[in-house]
Amino acid sequence: MNYNVDEKGYYGEFGGAFIPEMLYPNVENLRQQYLKVMEEPSFKAEFDQLLKNYVGRPSPLYFAKRLSEKYNTKIYLKREDLNHTGAHKVNNTIGQILMAKRLGKTRIIAETGAGQHGVATATVCALMGMECIVYMGEIDIARQAPNVARMKMLGAQVRPALSGSKTLKDATNEAIRDWINNPVDTHYIIGSAIGPHPYPDMVTRFQSIISEEIKWQLKEQEGRENPDYVVACVGGGSNAAGTFYHFLNEEEVGIIAVEAAGKGVESGESAATSVLGKEGIIHGCKTLLMQTPDGQITEPYSISAGLDYPGVGPMHAHLYKTGRAEFIPVTDDAAMQSGMELCKLEGIIPAIESSHALAILKTRSFKPTDVVVLNLSGRGDKDLNTYIKYFEL
Amino acid sequence: MNRIQQKLKSDKKLFSIYFTAGYPNLNDTVQIIQDLESSGVDMIEIGLPFSDPLADGPTIQASSTQALKNGMTTAVLFDQLRDIRSSVNIPLIIMGYFNPILQYGVEAFCKKCQEVGIDGLILPDLPLDKYQEEYEALFRKYGLLPIFLITPQTSEARIAQIDEASDGFIYMVSSASVTGSSNGFGNEQESYFKRIAEMQLKTPQVIGFGISDSKTFQQATKWAKGAIIGSAFIKYITKNGTGNVREFVEQIIR
Repeated sequence: MNYNVDEKGYYGEFGGAFIPEMLYPNVENLRQQYLKVMEEPSFKAEFDQLLKNYVGRPSPLYFAKRLSEKYNTKIYLKREDLNHTGAHKVNNTIGQILMAKRLGKTRIIAETGAGQHGVATATVCALMGMECIVYMGEIDIARQAPNVARMKMLGAQVRPALSGSKTLKDATNEAIRDWINNPVDTHYIIGSAIGPHPYPDMVTRFQSIISEEIKWQLKEQEGRENPDYVVACVGGGSNAAGTFYHFLNEEEVGIIAVEAAGKGVESGESAATSVLGKEGIIHGCKTLLMQTPDGQITEPYSISAGLDYPGVGPMHAHLYKTGRAEFIPVTDDAAMQSGMELCKLEGIIPAIESSHALAILKTRSFKPTDVVVLNLSGRGDKDLNTYIKYFEL
Repeated sequence: MNRIQQKLKSDKKLFSIYFTAGYPNLNDTVQIIQDLESSGVDMIEIGLPFSDPLADGPTIQASSTQALKNGMTTAVLFDQLRDIRSSVNIPLIIMGYFNPILQYGVEAFCKKCQEVGIDGLILPDLPLDKYQEEYEALFRKYGLLPIFLITPQTSEARIAQIDEASDGFIYMVSSASVTGSSNGFGNEQESYFKRIAEMQLKTPQVIGFGISDSKTFQQATKWAKGAIIGSAFIKYITKNGTGNVREFVEQIIR
């Protein structure tokens, strides 16, 4: 079984490039160039140097002793929260801004939900001196004011998406429309492992540094490269794609993808796409997505702004369909409790997205000898308001 | 011969109108089609509304959102069009995004199109290669012409491919834009229209996007077989209601 993208841009039946002709020249050019560019020694050198000296990689693989004692298994945390800008997102934006430069683009656009990808994009645009426009739903702009301010400080222009539900999916629509209107000078930095081929594969490859490091770090600490399980939360799925990538074809490694169940899978307020989604097309790719019987895309819900996307990356849809990965839904409440637990046990305040991954420790049992690597995709600073409100701090 | 092909054979320049089904009111669809035909329009694109219309500007987005709120669905549209061929003979094309059609079932959709008398489909996010691999046979079986888009950025090689795959007309997007976003045509568009005209394609071209009045209609049809107006018509019925679409049509082709 192949879990990677095939030469036509599909993961099994999922993926492809379902885009209007207006986007075809840009997406096709990217498809023809991306692997070539990524293999250039000068590209690799620049990417590696920036990840090391600017982002602060490698991020630690930390043996969480007290958490391990509590759950009676060996838990390692991959500390993506310690990256510059506070999450894994920057791995991809560094890669894509270097790609954009090599493609001769001078103007960058991006979509953002909670603002993490927007901040990571604004950051690399400042670094490279490139024009940056970030689309963000009007509702998200109101509830994520600190990230809006960060983007502005970094020199980006934040444009509100006023259509539809005025959240992440509409911000993505607006970014795509901008690209249609500006096909020559603009590169679109998609923030997750979604969109038309080659985006899911390109984003996954830039994020695969996560699993590449896990392998050698685990070898140093445990004497073996492969853990028994890798665990990550999945919204669109970029941190999970990076965490899983080098283990996809290592059959002895269990893969666990954690979805946001919101107020419960059956509550009508959920973002558990694998359970609630049906095959369809969103933002240029065929995947599982939440929609009405008539094929209109619906609005998901999660307390975590980074997980409330109505679709899931096509690689993950394939991992779900083939049974290669186990998909576990986690509610708002369970995630919040597990986030707080990590603060108390390990002195780490996690992003609420990452707290979803932690929450499976309460329901999914592991053997005492199991080595479980859990991707701590981001830090919780951005979520303080939500934590304060939820726990009445 | 398909009604679109017949119309393309006529000597005149074709005037085509796009409107969103179910807008402004759910049950306006049939009346709008009848009035457009009797006002002298040559071809109609019926927009099947979608929650996330990537290629559309604010006007068509808003009309789609309202149409969905009004209760428009694929099944409702087919129900409204059930007897349309007893009253009009104008070529009818459904323009929509692929996901709702995928959910309806592509074959069921094509079959239903044939039953009610639809002549062609414009599905901007169904790419040419996917159409050829999986759906061309279905389109043919049910007598539907596929209409593909080209833009100023489309390469000559790809235009040739699209020309080859087309039996009706090529939808020429006037500029790099979503619907409803341009204000008149400049030299750049003019030279693009000319460049395509000089390619002598086997498939006639109809220009759309950015055509809003008599002037832009004349500019476009100087080079192409016809032109399509969408957003400007939606704006007109938003402001004036659907009672007098003839007035709008006459403004364009007086």
